[in-house]
Amino acid sequence: MQKLFLKKGISRKSAYNLRNPKDDEFERHTLAILVDNESGVLARVIGLFSGRGYNIDSLTVAEVDHSGNLSRITIVTSGTPSVIEQIKAQLDRMVPVHDVHDLTAEGASVERELALFKVFAKGEKRVESLRLADVFRAKVVDSTLVSFTFELTGTPEKIDAFADLMVPLGLKEIARTGVAALSRG
Amino acid sequence: MNNYMSGAQIVVEALLEHKVDTVFGYPGGAVLPIYDEIFKQKKIKHVLVRHEQGAIHAAEGYSRSTGKPGVALVTSGPGATNSVTGLTDALMDSIPIIVLTGQVPTFMIGNDAFQEADTVGITRPCTKHNWLVKDTNLLGKIIHEAFYVSTNGRPGPVLVDIPKDVQFASGNYTKKKDFLPKRYTPKIKPDNNLILKAVKAFENAKKPIIYSGGGVINSGDNASTLLRELVDKSNFPITSTLMGLGCYPASKKNWMGMLGMHGTYEANMAMHDCDFMFCIGARFDDRITGKTDEFSPNSTKIHIDIDPSSINKNILVDIGIVGDIDISLQAFLKLWKKRGAKTSLNKTWWDQIDDWKGINCLSYKKSAKSIKPQYAIQRLEELTKDLDRYVSTEVGQHQMWAAQFMGFEEPKRWMTSGGLGTMGYGFPASIGIQLAHPKSLVINVAGEASWLMNMQELGTAVQYNLPVKQFILNNERLGMVRQWQELLHGGRYSHSWSDALPDFVKLAEAYGIKGICCDDPNKLDDAILEMLDYDGPVIFDCLVEKHENCFPMIPSGKAHNEMILSAEEPEQEIGKSGAVLV
Ligand SMILES: Cc1ncc(C[n+]2csc(CCOP(=O)(O)OP(=O)(O)O)c2C)c(N)n1
Ligand SMILES: [Mg+2]
Repeated sequence: MQKLFLKKGISRKSAYNLRNPKDDEFERHTLAILVDNESGVLARVIGLFSGRGYNIDSLTVAEVDHSGNLSRITIVTSGTPSVIEQIKAQLDRMVPVHDVHDLTAEGASVERELALFKVFAKGEKRVESLRLADVFRAKVVDSTLVSFTFELTGTPEKIDAFADLMVPLGLKEIARTGVAALSRG
Repeated sequence: MNNYMSGAQIVVEALLEHKVDTVFGYPGGAVLPIYDEIFKQKKIKHVLVRHEQGAIHAAEGYSRSTGKPGVALVTSGPGATNSVTGLTDALMDSIPIIVLTGQVPTFMIGNDAFQEADTVGITRPCTKHNWLVKDTNLLGKIIHEAFYVSTNGRPGPVLVDIPKDVQFASGNYTKKKDFLPKRYTPKIKPDNNLILKAVKAFENAKKPIIYSGGGVINSGDNASTLLRELVDKSNFPITSTLMGLGCYPASKKNWMGMLGMHGTYEANMAMHDCDFMFCIGARFDDRITGKTDEFSPNSTKIHIDIDPSSINKNILVDIGIVGDIDISLQAFLKLWKKRGAKTSLNKTWWDQIDDWKGINCLSYKKSAKSIKPQYAIQRLEELTKDLDRYVSTEVGQHQMWAAQFMGFEEPKRWMTSGGLGTMGYGFPASIGIQLAHPKSLVINVAGEASWLMNMQELGTAVQYNLPVKQFILNNERLGMVRQWQELLHGGRYSHSWSDALPDFVKLAEAYGIKGICCDDPNKLDDAILEMLDYDGPVIFDCLVEKHENCFPMIPSGKAHNEMILSAEEPEQEIGKSGAVLV
């Protein structure tokens, strides 16, 4: 059972007073959902989110087990703790869903995202973008006389940070894959 | 045995293996091969409805009154889109039905072919699950899976979309016994630790209430038997949602009547003031809770439900138990009895409840001149309650009066559209019920406006000689809408009257059945008896008081203890925040 969070000054143990103190706060959770790889399954999952007004911050999907015909959908969502619980319960009862893991709640996990950045820069800025790419261990995957395309893998935060730095240097386009995540160990 | 056959034969074969005896349907181009197979056999009775919405509601009525899944068969495009309301209705009320739709041939899908609609796309949010079958070899397995998914876990509607070429082509039929449900394994056994916690809370309850719902009916008759044992052995008071009426006998002393927006004063007050609430197979719907912030503020809440997403959705509970009601109550009762079947029931709690009952919240002003709708239902109840009776309703004031004034002693006797509130549900549902129970009395308590929404099903009732009794409380108003306009919109009755009504007696006669009209309270009993005596369908046009309101009422946005009891009460302020609620 969940921990009881009774409001201050309450003597009776009643569910009315049982409020998760963090319930007004939005939390960001990464959910790993193992589904049957059948037509319409992504539409079902996305339809659940749009139909019930849940947020999707990022979403990736790909087959992970060809012989078992399974795909993994990784969704980064945000909501109050009770909304997150609802999302998990709603996902879990869908017919093609095998299991739902809340990587954020289930302890340590690793999250990675890949992004491509196209930066148009000349002179000092061009050199600076290369130097920063080196610091972030981004690879140059394409270059012209006026532009670089960098490839960077990392946590979404790292990718955000790199993008922030590249903006003043001439960032023109970004493509991000969304998050792939697994629990640790 | 040869398992190689056409897709259409597979459909019929699979339905037979699932012991389907009745299919409600309407043909069209994309289901002709299946209709051809239906033509060639005698075991499955096909009932031709007059509109696909009627087929779905009839299947719902059949299902709810038997505990078996209902089956409907409709064509592609318009046939499929006409079934959407019924599917949504069944989803909201957790009614297991299997809908088979025809589809344009696979090679034409996506080309805007004649009568093509993206049926699985359209019905994805209004089914528990749906399938588009692209290979005849998979058809048998998918139909078995459809029955399995529909009836296991929290029941609901499923849809199988079958392209015409898949019906024509031959393939291998997977027999029912060879189908293994690999995925979708809902949890039905409750957690023992939670059962222990629940039993302890139950033993310590001083001011308890049992709040039961439609899940008890879905779980099977034994769940109702166990619920009765629980109530009778503990002497706890019990109420139920609209969907759960009949799980506990209305004639017994622990029964407090329905709760919620139009529930009894005693049930709602007890919900509010209890120190222990045992929610069994209900879902804390907004019609039940009223203002959630003020819902039953001092109670320890236990919730048993087969659907994990129902727990802690609207109301946080102290102990949430995921499991089948029957199995969970077995475990609960066993443990509670083993520990000595103790309770701490406070004697004054029943005194308090009796005080609330003393208010007599369902009383109304009688009239010698006009038929009060409540009176009409009371007389109907009095004259039919001892009969082998099934009741369906439409949606509106008449539905709430029926719920308030009719008593149900057994589960599966009361069929109504609760979650979706679908006007037009009751008449086709009564047809489905009558087909499942040919010898029983089936009454649809209707409002004139709702009844008109699926009146085309008169043809079905006549064709199959179904003696369904359509008891129409005719107030010439969209009564429930009018009531809200009176209470919330300054009496501005915007489009809430039923103009240009047909002469219902002549309408009945046009179909060759019996029509009865009554507007005199002194003649009402005789008229009802005449309806009951007639061997065939009857339309009973009961002309009732036009501006009667349905009380008690918890106005939207108010708490249980802020109920309005009668029109005489000082004008209640319904705030803006309440008015936006439905
Ligand atoms: C399909 C549909 N449309 C609209 C409504 C909204 N609605 C709820 S009750 C009601 C009036 C029903 O009138 P009637 O059937 O005559 O019943 P009464 O309330 O008069 O008993 C309406 C329009 C609904 N529930 N269903
Ligand atoms: Mg009416």
